Amino acid sequence: MRDDDDPNPKDPEAKPDVSGVSRRDFLKISGLSITLPLVGEPKMAMAAGQQVVVHGPGKVPMEFSINGRRLKADLEPRVTLLDALRDQFELTGAKRVCDRGECGTCTVLLDNKPVYSCSVLAIEAQRKAITTVESLMQDGKLHPVQQAFVDNDASQCGFCTPGFIVACKAFLDRHPHPTPEDIRHGLSGNLCRCGTYNGIRKAIAQVAQKGA
Amino acid sequence: MPDYAWPDAEHRTLIGKRISRVDSPAKVSGQAKYTYDVHRPGMLYGKVLRSPYAHAKLVSVDTSAAEKMPGVKAVHIVQGPGSTIHWEGDEIVAVAAVDELAAEDAVRAIKVEYQQLPYLVTDTEPPQGSAEGQGPLSMDDIDDMLDNQVPSQQMVNQIQQYGITAKPSEDTLKGLKSDGATDAVLDAIRAAAVHPDAGSRPKSNYQKSAAQTLGDPDKAFAEAEVVSEGLYGVPLITHCCLESHGSISEWTDADHLFTHISTQNVSGIPGQMAEPLKTPASNIRVHQDHVGGGFGSKFSPDRWGIFTAQISKKADGKPVRIMLERAAELKVAGARPSAYARVKVGAKKDGTVVAWQSLSWGTGGPGGGGMPPIPYVFAVPNQRKEHTAIRNNIGPARAWRAPNHPQAAVLTMCALDDLAAKLNMDPVEFFGKNLDMAKPRQNIYREELAIAADLMGWKQKWHPRRQNQSGMVRGVGVSFHTWGGRGHASDCDLTIHPDGSVELKLGSQDLGTGTRTCILIVAAETLGLPIEAIQLQIGDTIYPPSGGSGGSTTIGGVSSSTRRAAVDARDSLFAQVAPALNAQPDQLECVNGRIGVKGDSSRSLSWKEACSKLGAMPLTVRGKNPDKSKPPDLTNSGVGGVQMAEVEVDTETGVVRVTKMVAVQDCGLIIDLKTAESQCYGALIMGISYSLFEEKIMDPGTGRMLNPDMQFYRLAGLSDIPELVVKMMTGKGYDERGVIGLGEPPVISPGAAISNAVANAIGVRVPFLPLTPDRVLAVLGQKAGA
Ligand code: FES
Repeated sequence: MRDDDDPNPKDPEAKPDVSGVSRRDFLKISGLSITLPLVGEPKMAMAAGQQVVVHGPGKVPMEFSINGRRLKADLEPRVTLLDALRDQFELTGAKRVCDRGECGTCTVLLDNKPVYSCSVLAIEAQRKAITTVESLMQDGKLHPVQQAFVDNDASQCGFCTPGFIVACKAFLDRHPHPTPEDIRHGLSGNLCRCGTYNGIRKAIAQVAQKGA
Repeated sequence: MPDYAWPDAEHRTLIGKRISRVDSPAKVSGQAKYTYDVHRPGMLYGKVLRSPYAHAKLVSVDTSAAEKMPGVKAVHIVQGPGSTIHWEGDEIVAVAAVDELAAEDAVRAIKVEYQQLPYLVTDTEPPQGSAEGQGPLSMDDIDDMLDNQVPSQQMVNQIQQYGITAKPSEDTLKGLKSDGATDAVLDAIRAAAVHPDAGSRPKSNYQKSAAQTLGDPDKAFAEAEVVSEGLYGVPLITHCCLESHGSISEWTDADHLFTHISTQNVSGIPGQMAEPLKTPASNIRVHQDHVGGGFGSKFSPDRWGIFTAQISKKADGKPVRIMLERAAELKVAGARPSAYARVKVGAKKDGTVVAWQSLSWGTGGPGGGGMPPIPYVFAVPNQRKEHTAIRNNIGPARAWRAPNHPQAAVLTMCALDDLAAKLNMDPVEFFGKNLDMAKPRQNIYREELAIAADLMGWKQKWHPRRQNQSGMVRGVGVSFHTWGGRGHASDCDLTIHPDGSVELKLGSQDLGTGTRTCILIVAAETLGLPIEAIQLQIGDTIYPPSGGSGGSTTIGGVSSSTRRAAVDARDSLFAQVAPALNAQPDQLECVNGRIGVKGDSSRSLSWKEACSKLGAMPLTVRGKNPDKSKPPDLTNSGVGGVQMAEVEVDTETGVVRVTKMVAVQDCGLIIDLKTAESQCYGALIMGISYSLFEEKIMDPGTGRMLNPDMQFYRLAGLSDIPELVVKMMTGKGYDERGVIGLGEPPVISPGAAISNAVANAIGVRVPFLPLTPDRVLAVLGQKAGA
């Protein structure tokens, strides 16, 4: 997912602002042998010459804001946001396909920006507004992007569809009247195996015309 | 006898219209549950230790440390010491633990000692004289053939011709049957000559398939006025289903298994699990709501489906989930056999093709693999063909949409296109001239070719091949394809309740092809009800069995069984309602949610009122396909399609972009035009993907797959897809043939059409797919250097 206003919203190395450790930092740290008691309180440790906050390695209490609801879980710090959503909160719209930021099927919004939830640690996503595909339908009515996918038959097996819906919504929020170039650029971060791109393009055109 | 025939065009209100698929709202809202999404109470997570080597013997397997790790509930050795591993990623030990991380930690604690063995992972041209004839077949050979989905008749021929190495027990035969052997194959094995000594001989990696000669190729080549020779090929690709393979299994009591599995073959799974689990198929329940892609790779429970059930038993029957990680999915869960050939073709000056000769080879993994059906579509009168199957360690091959046909299309249409270029003929004229060889579909192709040329703007876009150009160049190409697509066996139960509600049950599955929608269209059309008035249940072995969704057989099967059920249910209802309307049953019709007397609008009942005449008990009928007792045959076989591609090639960078594709396709009577068109759009897109990007790249230095991820095993993205034009052939001459499947045909031609377009653009053939920049630059460089 690329976007002009926000050059790299899905960069897994983007600096975490609050909660401590990005997935990649964590991978670095977990290679070190640090003995820590199994408590919830974070510790400070030296890693790669820097003082970093260390959580775990056992489960730590976490609190999330997901689709406007406050939800709690005890999770290991190495759990991804995707796995937390799917395995802890039964929000299975976001799918696990590549599990390494290549396919976009796990796309969710973090503070309204699309991210690959497989490449964000759950612990980093605390205190951010997490929006998943499940929240887009309001009062039993499909969101215009969802309706456009139905009208234009933009899903076949449908496994890529929730990720695309979230990505398209975020894209159209920023580009209400996208050029073909915008579409090429802005929606290249999601992949489909069944070949639904033709329908997706028509769906985007439908929303852009009507206005979401 | 009730009239089961499809309604004619004037009487169709739903069939053949563009109807939105019924499960789209569930899919777009994230509510649709796939196997991967199923979360059973107390579920354990399984992880698998896989072989890092392509060919090795297991010396020792030590799981003691893993068993003691926190959270680990069961450890199951899949292949123990002494077993031979035949490909990288093969399963050795499975672990079930309270969460995935604990299972992964445990897998890392397992120690395995391997004795590495020599391996082959390449499929380059076999060295001359290396191929040996087939000896007698061992039961492993026969199992391999089943794995490779060798057609039953071909297996019977080989068994009769070569004999077998040992007489199998009836138990072994039972096992073969559960692996898919037909009765004809089993009978052939029972009757085969036994050659016990031949079994011990080590096998060559190269196995000669029977050579075939037709007509008099030597004479035909001698008399041909123009001869063209070339090298063509299609590499291994993977299925790359976005939902990986896997299942969740639990034992609901000591001898009843409940499995959620990602499959194309719900009704066929219990029969395949029964033998290995020593559990009657009747005790195995399978359920699946949605499946995230299969493309031919999900017909069997697979070894991992079996050991997921076994490890669940070890963990006191608790649900265990094992879904493959992406790397495993790409390494072990599906590869399409490769195919390459040196082809020589000859023609008269007027373009009539007279002779074909091919030396082909390819790999389907340890099982070798067969020759694609070449020459494809065009039955050249004089032919000589030889094929060598390479048995190697790339992993097991699986059927991939239209098995062997996309390969055959490339080997044939590209060779013929080069011949047209040598003749200085426009390919549309050249292929058109030879269409009499495309019997029995020559007239369909002729009509489609004209339509495709028009939609592509072929006349304006085609130009003779030009040499030595620079900058951006454009070209167009064409290809032809065919497929069977007759409906499979399917049972359907339809129930009308006295309150007017209607339900349908089939043990079928919807792969994203629109199966649910089409079943409902047929039932709603027949009963004169809106689609929403009918409840449909599929995807469970508690429903009547329906065939696996492969080979484009689903739509013909389920639409036929549903039609027969709906006609019988409707007529039974008419019989009960007729007295109330003071009419004979055959005077009644059901339209717009009412049952009334034909031609007399004053005598009718609403659907609900009519159903109340059923009394206390609901009415259930079963429809079947095939059903000779209820003619006519509602499904048919044999379709033709023509596709054209336009490309733009950057001669500086070698980058190929497809700029337009046209697909003209027949598939008999179309049930839902909207999902039928989507099937074609999807196939074109998948075709662009395998033509430009996809290749399972094996490393000869390590025996491993180099690109087992989605960054380097690249799928086409939205920005790679140009204008796509799809034209479905419908109406007179097509509709009356009955319903024919569409899953395979449109995915066959893109490779050949795109390769031909690139040859037209740059003036020279890029021999192998995918048409990557390095390959394009290599031929441009050769040409410049020549
Ligand atoms: S609809 Fe199947 S992967 Fe996109």
